[in-house]
Amino acid sequence: MTAPLTPLDRPNSYIGRSVPRPNAKRLLAGRGRYVTDIRLPRMLHAAFLRSPHAHARIISIDADAARALAGVHLIATGADLARICTPWTGTLDHFKGMTSEPQLPLPLDRVVWAGQAVVAVVADSRALAEDALELISVDYEELPAVVDLDEARQPGTPRANPASQSNICFRTQLDSGGVDEVFVAAAHVIEQQFSFGRHTPVTLEPRAIVADYEPDSGMLTVHHATQTPYQFQDLYSRHYNIPEARVRVIAPDIGGSFGMKLHVYHEDMAVVGLSMMLGRPVKYVADRIESFVSDIHARDHRVQARMAIDADGKILAMDVHDATAIGAFSTYPRTSVVEGNQVIRLIGAPYDFTSYRAALEVVFQNKVQTSQYRAVGHPIACAVTERMVDIAASRAGFDPLAMRDRNVIADDAYPLVSPTGYKFEALSHQACLRRLREIMDYDALRGEQAELRRRGVHRGIGIATFVEITNPSPAFYGVGGARISSQDGATISLTPTGEVRCAISVTEQGQGTEAIIGQIVADQLGLAQEHVKVITGDTEVTPHGGATWACRGAGIGGETALQAARRLKANILAIAALVLQEQAAALDIVDGQVVSAASRQPRLDVAEIARIAYFRSDTLPPGTQAQLTVSHHFAPQGYPFAFTNGIQGCSLEVDVDTGFVKLLKHYVVEDCGRIINPMLVDEQLRGGVVQGLGAALFEECRYGETGQLLNGSLADYLVPMAMEMPDIVIDHVETPTADTILGAKGCGEAGTAAASACVLNAVNDALTPFGASINTIPITPARILKALNRY
Amino acid sequence: MKARAFSYFRASTVEEALDAHAQGGDDARYIAGGQSLVPALALRLQAPRRLVDINHIDELRGVRREGEWLRIGALTRHCEMLTEPLIAEFAPLLRAAAPFVAHPAIRNRGTLGGSVALADPASEFPAVVLALEAEIEVAGPAGRRRVRAEDFFVDLFETALAPGELLVAVHVPLFNPGQRIAFDELARRRGDYALVGCGISATCADDLITDIRIAFFSVGNVPTRARRAESEIAGSRLSPDVIAAAQAALGEDLAPDDGDDVPAAMRLHLARVLLGRLLGQIGGAT
Amino acid sequence: MSSIMSDLDEADATVRVRFVVNGRKTACDVAPRDTLVDCLRTQLELTGTHAGCEMGACGACLVQLDGRAVHACLMFAVQADGARIDTIEGLSESGVIADLQAEFHRRNALQCGFCTPGMLINAHELLSNVARPSREAIRDALSGNFCRCTGYEAIVDAIAAVAEARAAKAAQGAEGASS
Repeated sequence: MTAPLTPLDRPNSYIGRSVPRPNAKRLLAGRGRYVTDIRLPRMLHAAFLRSPHAHARIISIDADAARALAGVHLIATGADLARICTPWTGTLDHFKGMTSEPQLPLPLDRVVWAGQAVVAVVADSRALAEDALELISVDYEELPAVVDLDEARQPGTPRANPASQSNICFRTQLDSGGVDEVFVAAAHVIEQQFSFGRHTPVTLEPRAIVADYEPDSGMLTVHHATQTPYQFQDLYSRHYNIPEARVRVIAPDIGGSFGMKLHVYHEDMAVVGLSMMLGRPVKYVADRIESFVSDIHARDHRVQARMAIDADGKILAMDVHDATAIGAFSTYPRTSVVEGNQVIRLIGAPYDFTSYRAALEVVFQNKVQTSQYRAVGHPIACAVTERMVDIAASRAGFDPLAMRDRNVIADDAYPLVSPTGYKFEALSHQACLRRLREIMDYDALRGEQAELRRRGVHRGIGIATFVEITNPSPAFYGVGGARISSQDGATISLTPTGEVRCAISVTEQGQGTEAIIGQIVADQLGLAQEHVKVITGDTEVTPHGGATWACRGAGIGGETALQAARRLKANILAIAALVLQEQAAALDIVDGQVVSAASRQPRLDVAEIARIAYFRSDTLPPGTQAQLTVSHHFAPQGYPFAFTNGIQGCSLEVDVDTGFVKLLKHYVVEDCGRIINPMLVDEQLRGGVVQGLGAALFEECRYGETGQLLNGSLADYLVPMAMEMPDIVIDHVETPTADTILGAKGCGEAGTAAASACVLNAVNDALTPFGASINTIPITPARILKALNRY
Repeated sequence: MKARAFSYFRASTVEEALDAHAQGGDDARYIAGGQSLVPALALRLQAPRRLVDINHIDELRGVRREGEWLRIGALTRHCEMLTEPLIAEFAPLLRAAAPFVAHPAIRNRGTLGGSVALADPASEFPAVVLALEAEIEVAGPAGRRRVRAEDFFVDLFETALAPGELLVAVHVPLFNPGQRIAFDELARRRGDYALVGCGISATCADDLITDIRIAFFSVGNVPTRARRAESEIAGSRLSPDVIAAAQAALGEDLAPDDGDDVPAAMRLHLARVLLGRLLGQIGGAT
Repeated sequence: MSSIMSDLDEADATVRVRFVVNGRKTACDVAPRDTLVDCLRTQLELTGTHAGCEMGACGACLVQLDGRAVHACLMFAVQADGARIDTIEGLSESGVIADLQAEFHRRNALQCGFCTPGMLINAHELLSNVARPSREAIRDALSGNFCRCTGYEAIVDAIAAVAEARAAKAAQGAEGASS
């Protein structure tokens, strides 16, 4: 018996189809072209001398010996670069009252974290540049370092930046009103404290940049491993006073990004200046040791949370305080307060209650900056919420899944506004819960857990519901004054041979942006996907656009491509109509051929239309100007964000004698709206989940009392590896957004958002018989054994 | 992360290597597998002026029986511990430890001699060598000598090797059918340095343990024999009481330091858990 | 300070190294301190071998040295004098890992692609040693290869599928030979 035909069975139906990525074959053959691979004629190499102190005054710098070393071309200090680069400040207007000190590529007189770049050396090779670093001596006068988050918040404590009034960067609060009254009247009140360790993204390709300033034309070309070429075109132009049109930023293959490669880094800004000073290409690749002390960190939070529930297990209210430490500066241009802001706005988001109060305190300290990293704020909000829900369930006598079933916002309750002010168009918590119960075989898993527990084997089951922010509108950064676009642009052309070329502002870091754009264009135009070439990552080639971050590539970039393709198709059919003496509306394109819309009978090759338009325009009616290139922009309107949702589950085993955790299986049910390529979505989820699992069990930037990073190498900072990671079962619910034709929302953060919360709940579930509780991430053997009083 | 400049000499005999090292003075280093040395050079934690490459010295290769001993050449790669039949037969504890040493590609290049000479207290093989009561053969300007494993590991990354001396081979007493071995470690991730690890070699007469050697790693500055625990066991059967007494005795045998993420008390606790499990294996092997 | 400089004069003298890279006799001049990965990437322009950590903790720089997978960041190019080196480029051109590459592609067992050459070299070695490894054995073999993008499962799936396909093909061949 054959299955009934689905929309996917018509030719060129690529939306919803698992198509392998065309650009992946190159990478499999070792033919990727990453910034780290780039070599330009006369290119020099930069290295940086870094501060050994977390906080110190620079008394003097002696670089004479280094300058004299053969092969050294330039030694530059903060003062040298300050002559050509204007300072930047990592604040945004819509975060009222936030402060941050101005920053320069290299510091003038004070270092504010251990590992901060102080002096730049440019030499014939990286090895020679490092030789020169050994010959530079810097005199420092140490200043009190602010290291610990709680200490930073104490009044009278030393300040990370002595000129400022306090260590407070930003404070804000949310209050729906009447919260205290609800707590007083509640049947149960749960109160917990949570602590989240600093993480860092650890892309496998480190940060890399080649800046190439050509003095004669005043043209700056930067090959930059970044997600956001246009953002950097703007920044290099403004801070180095080069007209924007003379700045070109090219982002070729990128070896992972996850939000890390869209922030301004001091070394990257410095390299642009070094190239200008020398008039030669300068390359800088952060080595792994430098990455750990200079890439952004994230997720350093302490949260106090209270939840009120009634006697029937209904959540009534939440009251939270989030304190987060962000380093000595707020990161530019997106700031370091977005994470905390999203934490307090996402807490409780899946649940149906109206009394909510939250306070956020963002503090400075003498560590490297934190900022946006995959699933910004989500893992913290989710872990706090979901752990509180589990404790509430236990207090009220409900199974965790039943507790969630009781409390999630009903699928038919949308649209609605959350107590934190988020506008939800349509979410599907109930449908996702039902699917999760099935794919986990939840009741059987509980039965097995009980059976094994009797035999002294301690398994835990964890559940975590989540809401994810995707498709951000200008409400995200634009309103705060940042020149970060929330629109995207595409230029799409029918080539003379009838193929299609689409240059689009969204970018590729391996998630499959180019693949899905190709699918959408091919689908909409009625062409085989191999005839669509997608070009990304070059400000000289694609229209201006926001590029890839905050899960906007598919939703916004995809819609841009869809609308552009539809316009091009209309133009093609207009010419076809003239050639065929037919109404355009009566024609369609299928598999590269113009067909009769009604009969699907082929009438004319699209390639023939291209041939006529480009080479025999004389045969078209007078006055006809074929428009076979279309440029089109799309900015999200309607809802400020497209929220998605889902639920995750996990099963794990705790060795209560060693504190080791073995992850057995992980489950995800996710709703990202219209799915363009199911395989790529699943792989986004899997990769995201594993980043969350790493966070849950392994990853933490540990600091000593003097502010030194203690585990800043890939041998000491534990990233998740193949042996410890589980297989991940994935299912979907599809609730397309009605804000776009495509209906797609993002999926890149979903995996990371809830994975660590799941593990936190599962470990606590496993420890139930011992009355032990853990609210700290990462959940290390030391913390588990401590909770169990084993040593 | 680029090494400071050095000169390079590839030796083809032990004598050549010793000479080349001597010419380099204090600033020469031998390189075998290089799996620990190269990162140390890249990080400029070490900056010798001369590297003497011993990878091409035939005498340092190969595993062979010499009377009651198995001679394992210093250049024997970690991966060979898993494939060499003589090691499986006569030094099974080395084979048992090998899968825990780093990752496959590291094992393809890393050498037994390099691991023992480096004496990383978190490494598997130094502890195994200790548990086996092996002897380390070294060559130096003054000639050859054999050092007992218990005399070899002196302090943190410090061994009985005098400046310029080269580790030539490790001699292991042949395993006999009356012996039982056990090896395990607790590492956060596969191939990581262990929070604690242990290798045991026991001689049994039926279920009576006549002699037992227990060596821990990742518990201090050097791989460490747990002699008090051994004495609790020797001459006894592995009853729960004996195992508990041995576990308790570790408090005197081991004095781990506080790490920034692993407190000393936790390490001791883990050592006790691990010992209990391994003794369970030894006892269960009858 | 001056001591370093005088050392550099002596120690930075380049050495001529000859090896067989991807089946071709190759010679190049290297400083003793140049690692094999830097030599391959810069001098020989074989940029498919990546440097991810320069300390053997990520697996991005794996190449085959005399047929065994090794970290090209953990040896100096001079040490490879006389050796046979095969990189991702050579293994691709010879076709020996074409089935692995195709399966990785089909299952999207890569995202950014930076870890991929190292993964393939390790997978190739595993399947050369063990015909049908368990999923656990595959994960163990990859335990030193860091991938930040995929979560590993698709990579494990792809390797397992190739192992099955090769085993099936071998069985067919054996059947064909015996009949």
